[in-house]
Amino acid sequence: MADREPILEVANLVKHFPLTQGILFKRQIGAVKAVDDVSFELYQGETLGIVGESGCGKSTVAKLLMNLEQPTSGTIKYKGDDISKLSSRALRAVRRNIQMVFQDPYTSLNPRMTVGDIIGEPFEIHPDVAPKGDRRKKVRELLDVVGLNPEYINRYPHQFSGGQRQRIGIARGLALNPEIIICDEPVSALDVSVQAQVINLMERLQDEFTLSYVFIAHDLSIVRHISDRVGVMYLGKLAELGTDGEIYDHPTHPYTQALLSAVPQPDPEVRESRERIILAGDVPSPANPPSGCRFRTRCWKAEDRCAQEVPVLAIPERFAKEKGGVAHPSACHFAEERDVVHV
Amino acid sequence: MPEAEATNVNKAVRASEAPEPDTAVTEDGQPAEMAASGPVPGKPRSLWSDAWHDLRRKPSFLISAAIILVLLVMAAWPGLFTSVSPRSGDLTTSYLQKPELTHFFQPEWLGYNQQGQSIYARMIYGTRASIIIGVSVTVLVVLLGGTIGMLAGYFGGWLDALLSRITDTFMGIPFLLGAMVFLVSFDTRTVWTVTVALALLGWTTIARVMRGSVIAIKQSDYVMAARSLGAGTGRILLRHVLPNAAAPVIVVAMIALGGYITAEAVLSFLGIGLSDPAISWGGDINRAQKQIRVAPHVLLYPSILLSITILSFLMLGDAVRDALDPKLR
Repeated sequence: MADREPILEVANLVKHFPLTQGILFKRQIGAVKAVDDVSFELYQGETLGIVGESGCGKSTVAKLLMNLEQPTSGTIKYKGDDISKLSSRALRAVRRNIQMVFQDPYTSLNPRMTVGDIIGEPFEIHPDVAPKGDRRKKVRELLDVVGLNPEYINRYPHQFSGGQRQRIGIARGLALNPEIIICDEPVSALDVSVQAQVINLMERLQDEFTLSYVFIAHDLSIVRHISDRVGVMYLGKLAELGTDGEIYDHPTHPYTQALLSAVPQPDPEVRESRERIILAGDVPSPANPPSGCRFRTRCWKAEDRCAQEVPVLAIPERFAKEKGGVAHPSACHFAEERDVVHV
Repeated sequence: MPEAEATNVNKAVRASEAPEPDTAVTEDGQPAEMAASGPVPGKPRSLWSDAWHDLRRKPSFLISAAIILVLLVMAAWPGLFTSVSPRSGDLTTSYLQKPELTHFFQPEWLGYNQQGQSIYARMIYGTRASIIIGVSVTVLVVLLGGTIGMLAGYFGGWLDALLSRITDTFMGIPFLLGAMVFLVSFDTRTVWTVTVALALLGWTTIARVMRGSVIAIKQSDYVMAARSLGAGTGRILLRHVLPNAAAPVIVVAMIALGGYITAEAVLSFLGIGLSDPAISWGGDINRAQKQIRVAPHVLLYPSILLSITILSFLMLGDAVRDALDPKLR
């Protein structure tokens, strides 16, 4: 994969939300460090999964990628152009190629618009994509593509179930023929049985339209199912990044190991024998993160070095020569492999 | 997915992979065609038509709407209800003459006032002033308060701070006292002077309601979705924010309409509302209070009609609120 040009290149992305005090004369008393120095690449046709617990900055990354928030620093390059510095006209063109599927299908569709208007809105905003007479036909085609009856074009969102609404959201995302779709927990609001259908639909669409996905979720099993590569986030930073096999079978970062050991285990015998890593305490406040390694307050390996030196996300030196899945970027001073899934 | 079957991590996905993704199937395994049909199959129904569907079965809505309809006809064509002029007075017929309660809809039905004018005819002709003031104050208030509230809510920042402080300032002025001070400065006060006075002091509530709902809506996912599609501010405000913010504003405005009619009556009663020769319920009630001991009916009948009118608008607003509020469904 390394020899290919990345379609989306995120470098040292930082987003701090200022905390202010005072009514008329606001002064900044601090900042919530929602995303702090995150870098990754996305290649054509691949799925990058981003996992992490609530509040770790996953959704902020999605909003930054969509240019719904301005980054504090860092760059997001789409085919070489930094999207946060584009003129509004150039940005419109980029928006056609990067679309988003939202988490909650109950709030992401305007309740006062029909399905036809919702899916047709991208064509109204970008009239050059489809000529006026063609739009209804295009909307019907899109409904068909996502597995909905094209006759539903005049219905309102509240007449659909959650899974069907998410299909409508996906159809809206597909309308402009994008190359990248940012999926911000697209199935976490759905029933487990419907999750599978939506995931399968997304995989089928990926093959059909050679889409690239940035797939944000906190469900590890779904991320593993759909992703080619996975990034694990903790408190605004990437802890570990690698292919799904590297992350799931050869995790080297203690946080990833703890996260994986929490995955529910259906087999009672295996459940008895495996070792669960139980983390003590809560996630520290992103307004006042710990010095050095962000995970050190809950890490069983933490030493003095962890409080002083910020670990960089890179392939640990002692693994660099090893074969197999261990040699992947991990932001830990004491990275070591520990197989937590198959014990 | 090469490792898909190797581990148990992805059991949630695997366990339910059975249904084919390209035939739409809903949660309970029913074909989607059946599940999405809702209460009326095949027919598109918006939230407004849902609300209308609800309202048609509500007695309180039907009664108040019927009364308001009659009042509107009364305001538009008072000649349909009475043949006598409200201004022609015959001094031989006095307010001491008892009302002929069996002579329905005749000039003498509800008796005469001090000038010998038919109370019934004056009530009919007084409707116009009340309805015009009630409706036009409401329209002005919605336009003014709605615009200010929407701008403050959507753009936020210094504009919000400025507009909200202006709203607070106007809200600090007592409603009736402010209207009195404003109206006293005019020698002749028409329907429109009173309308402007009430609208200038009444828009603040609407502005606050609008600002609140716009702030809630601008953070919603569908506005975010429109922004990520590249929609401009105008499109987001008109297609996404306004239709969704309108419902609470309409409800507040409908309930306030009754209050504006009351305010007009109160101002006329105090003698600083409409000036003669304008006919209004409040003015008639004001003049009738001098004879309340000998002829209470002169005051009673216009008051009853005023109360019925205000109550109808309040009931209508209440019914519409219930129908539009999804939480009460």
